Amino acid sequence: MTRYIALRLGESLIVLLVMSFAIYLLIGLMPGDPSDMLIAADPRITSADIARIKALYGLDQPLYARYSAWLTSALGGDFGNSRLHLRPVLDVMGPFLANSLLLMGASFLLSVAIALPAGVYAAIKPHSKLDHAINLLCFAGISLPVFWLALMLMMAFSVALGLLPAGGVATPGDGSFTDRLLHLILPVITLTISSIGHYTRFVRAAMIETLRQDYIRTARAKGASPARVVWGHALRNALIPVVTVLALSFGSLFSGALVTETMFAYPGMGKMIYDAIMGNDYNLALVGLLFATLVTLLGNLIADLAYVWLDPRISYASGEARR
Amino acid sequence: MTLTAPYALQPAQRPAHLLWRRFLRHRLAVASLLLLILLALLALGAPLVAALLGHDPNAADLLERLQPMSLSHPLGTDELGRDLLSRLLYGGRVSLAVGLAAALVSAVIGTALGLIAGYFGGKLDGLLMRLTDGVIALPLLPLLIVLAAVDLNKLGLPPSIANDESVSLYRMIAIISLVGWTTVARLVRGATLTLRERDFVRAALAVGAGPWRIMMVHILPNAVSPIVVATTLSVGNVILLESVLSFLGLGVQPPAASWGNMLTNAQETIWSAPLLAVYPGLLIFATVIAFNFLGDGLQDALDPRSE
Repeated sequence: MTRYIALRLGESLIVLLVMSFAIYLLIGLMPGDPSDMLIAADPRITSADIARIKALYGLDQPLYARYSAWLTSALGGDFGNSRLHLRPVLDVMGPFLANSLLLMGASFLLSVAIALPAGVYAAIKPHSKLDHAINLLCFAGISLPVFWLALMLMMAFSVALGLLPAGGVATPGDGSFTDRLLHLILPVITLTISSIGHYTRFVRAAMIETLRQDYIRTARAKGASPARVVWGHALRNALIPVVTVLALSFGSLFSGALVTETMFAYPGMGKMIYDAIMGNDYNLALVGLLFATLVTLLGNLIADLAYVWLDPRISYASGEARR
Repeated sequence: MTLTAPYALQPAQRPAHLLWRRFLRHRLAVASLLLLILLALLALGAPLVAALLGHDPNAADLLERLQPMSLSHPLGTDELGRDLLSRLLYGGRVSLAVGLAAALVSAVIGTALGLIAGYFGGKLDGLLMRLTDGVIALPLLPLLIVLAAVDLNKLGLPPSIANDESVSLYRMIAIISLVGWTTVARLVRGATLTLRERDFVRAALAVGAGPWRIMMVHILPNAVSPIVVATTLSVGNVILLESVLSFLGLGVQPPAASWGNMLTNAQETIWSAPLLAVYPGLLIFATVIAFNFLGDGLQDALDPRSE
């Protein structure tokens, strides 16, 4: 098992390395470079000054030289400074990460709390009216453009009704607990609606599969009540694939909320990455993207380990074949 | 009683017919198909509608700003006085074109990689599947934003091409296909792995068929169902991605209309003209959900054992 984990971690490192080079290359191809703003800010600047600035930032070097310089210092723990925030990248990331975790955690709990019973009730009687209704809602949630949903919620609750704030984390000058909570409501609802459909359909599929098993028939035959069969016998086993899919989705949470966070001006990781990309903040964008990738890769690893751990019928070898 | 007649398949039993009948049972999928055909016809007829109404969908007319519904502007006008209906129809062309094209290109890439990985196996399979895992682990949306923002001039493309208006369309199809092939690749690989061991494939191998022939003639036709279903479902996904990118100003560039970029501007007039923000979003939603239901119906029809 140690060998398996080591192997997977090694794989993840390779993906990260390839990814870092690809992103470095791509960001270098974006319009403008860090010297543009300095040049634009000072009309008296001469071409000799420009060359000096470019040399200072290393922009006169070829790509591979710049990348290897970045990689060397990154491996030493120095990821450079953020141009937008004028502080070391890792210091900048902290608060954004905390905000993201709060938003993600809240919407994750809410999604699971709704998806679990909804998926189970849909699975108990497949193709019943209830199942069809739940299915319809799932498809609606999956098919909603997130930014439009955010816009509509803002229109309804902030513009028309004036009940909830349209964006940010707190009212300037307030910042009390209730105030922060009010600011969380719309982003959390948006994220929940957009993710709940997938979860519910997954719970339903896993539950239907489990209810077909022989041991469920045995439980029914020995006279267990329908409720006990579903909640006592079936749910625990149906949860195995559900847990893995939740672990898998956890990674995408960091970047997946990009649209929601941007729409509600909520300073989380997604918005940070978006602003960094748009603001030519190479270092911050690079680290943000790599961090999101790392979390996804770790999420995948945890999902695979959890799968084997929860289901004794699966070994690491067949867990590997599953992919 | 002769033996020949009863064994001839009646029309009702032909596979295509059975498939069609199973599909018709899925009422939501049938309704979705009709809706999509209607949308496609409207999108194709966009120039006709614009000509009948006498509007250029991209021409601003500041005297006609934010007009209500009228005979000449059936859905009113936007904040620059452009006819909303014509722009919605032109936007539909973009969404459907990008959605279908990117889903098809993804399907082709995914099918090719899946066939190769599944058929040849071994190191090549391992490498391709690690590549697939790697692509799946990428933060999709931020990466698409970076790819959409890349300056084509810096990439060495001549300015005449890099600054061309239609390039943003092709660019979106290209970048979404670049990351969208993974689902099909996995499905096709899985199907290939099982089909490879089947007797008819071994028989073909025994009579000397080459890998190319086996993959194209014997394996691919038997793996079509999952490809069709996954591709239909991915059209909806692509349309969502396209609308987000255009909304953020990285996709289809104004003045050309797309449902996404129409919402960017509608955000500004959300107080004075909320309906401008409602129509494009509703159309995206309806199109995407229709593709999802269609995919679901196809799944039920093509694979009766699922459920």
